[in-house]
Amino acid sequence: MEYSEAGLPPEMSGAESLTVDVAIANLSHQDYSLRYYAAWWIGRFRVKEPEAIAGLIAALEEESELTLAGDYSLQRNAARALGKLEDKQAIPTLIKCLECSDYYVREAAVQALEMLGDRTVIPALVKLLEGGLAAAVRVPGKPHLVQPYDAVIEALGTLQARSATDLIAPFLDHPVERVQYAAARAMYQLTGQAVYGDRLVQALEGGDLQLRRSALMDLGAIGYLPGAVAIAETLAENSLKLIALKGILEHHLNQTPSLYLSDESVQVMTLMDSLL
Amino acid sequence: MVIELIREVEKADSADSLLNAVKALAATGSESAIPTLITVLGYNNPGAAVAAVEGLIQVGEPAVLPLLEQLDGYNYGARAWAIRALAGVGDPRGLEVLVDAAINDFALSVRRAATKGLGTICWQQLPPERVAEAQLIACKTLLQASQDPEWVVRYAAVGGLQALAAATVQANWLAEVLARLEEIIKTDEILAVRARAMLANQQLLMANS
Repeated sequence: MEYSEAGLPPEMSGAESLTVDVAIANLSHQDYSLRYYAAWWIGRFRVKEPEAIAGLIAALEEESELTLAGDYSLQRNAARALGKLEDKQAIPTLIKCLECSDYYVREAAVQALEMLGDRTVIPALVKLLEGGLAAAVRVPGKPHLVQPYDAVIEALGTLQARSATDLIAPFLDHPVERVQYAAARAMYQLTGQAVYGDRLVQALEGGDLQLRRSALMDLGAIGYLPGAVAIAETLAENSLKLIALKGILEHHLNQTPSLYLSDESVQVMTLMDSLL
Repeated sequence: MVIELIREVEKADSADSLLNAVKALAATGSESAIPTLITVLGYNNPGAAVAAVEGLIQVGEPAVLPLLEQLDGYNYGARAWAIRALAGVGDPRGLEVLVDAAINDFALSVRRAATKGLGTICWQQLPPERVAEAQLIACKTLLQASQDPEWVVRYAAVGGLQALAAATVQANWLAEVLARLEEIIKTDEILAVRARAMLANQQLLMANS
């Protein structure tokens, strides 16, 4: 889970201005750093022109000296951008990326496929869970597991992959807490059982701020109404609590008839008011 | 007693001990705690800052002038917290600062806090002949904030407009506020903001029926 625009080096974050045409042209510029920045920019400003999509797909497929040397930063940005542009043409290339040697390209591709919301990608995502819990270990010397399990599991939950429920359930016991939360979140989305939402609510009482933030975002994403008060009371920034409560409010509003404010909606808005 | 608690804050050597010391000092509600609580706003410790803001709000009126002076500083984080404290106290001397912050501050968390505060100013503390003009300024600012690019500021502006309208009898801008709420219900792109405008509308109509 990321809380800020990722993939942009800090020295570039000063809103350097491009135009749509220049950004698209820069996707095939010989200067690598301009290609890298253009890919981020197109995603950030949601440029949905066909040329932008085609350029990003080409960048994602590109093999160059840099990728051979292990630098996949352009591919990571291109995959992230394609997730934001709502164009299903990107799906075959993103699926190919699930086999990329770079962990972060695989992670970005999984998240992009989740955002595109097409359920035909479910089998390709499920493949990344092969070997189950036993295979889901850390890569020696790296800060990550062999696959981006949390992203895969979250995507399967979002895509309503009911057939994957039994594969996901064991990850509730994964030693990495973030993976446990991803499993709880997906299990709630797949089964609707409160026990999984409650598990995320308990996580709000944990001692690690990063994990509380992660649980906050998960509860907002699944719209877990019984978690609203615990969200308002956990020790974290009001900004994040407001985003989580907004997720819960909107999820609930979408399930009730329009132009009708239930007592629950009013309660969530009262909590939000108190956090402004 | 307060002096001892101030010393506890000054010698706290961890985030947790600082938080506990600030909470204890804030709970006294004592005026002599004001300078220390204001200093804590600049520590870049969100937990302690929240506790200090609550303490300053509890002290209330005597904290207003020291807070306004604090705003001259260059510590951006401290400024955001000071604006929250001013918004919480609701003293009308904070009006100008809140108007400026609600519209011009670059941090959305500051705009959102200032916007909320504009709705909850204690108008009865103003001389009666100045109330109408001050409320008009708050209303104009809130209407502008209701077009902020950030959803959470628009959300705060809706709540602010509701509170302001509820605290006002027969102002000539009430119709404009109700019309703006209707417009938000119909056109805002964020569902949560539309819902908040619906709630404001319902509660205002109920109060007037």
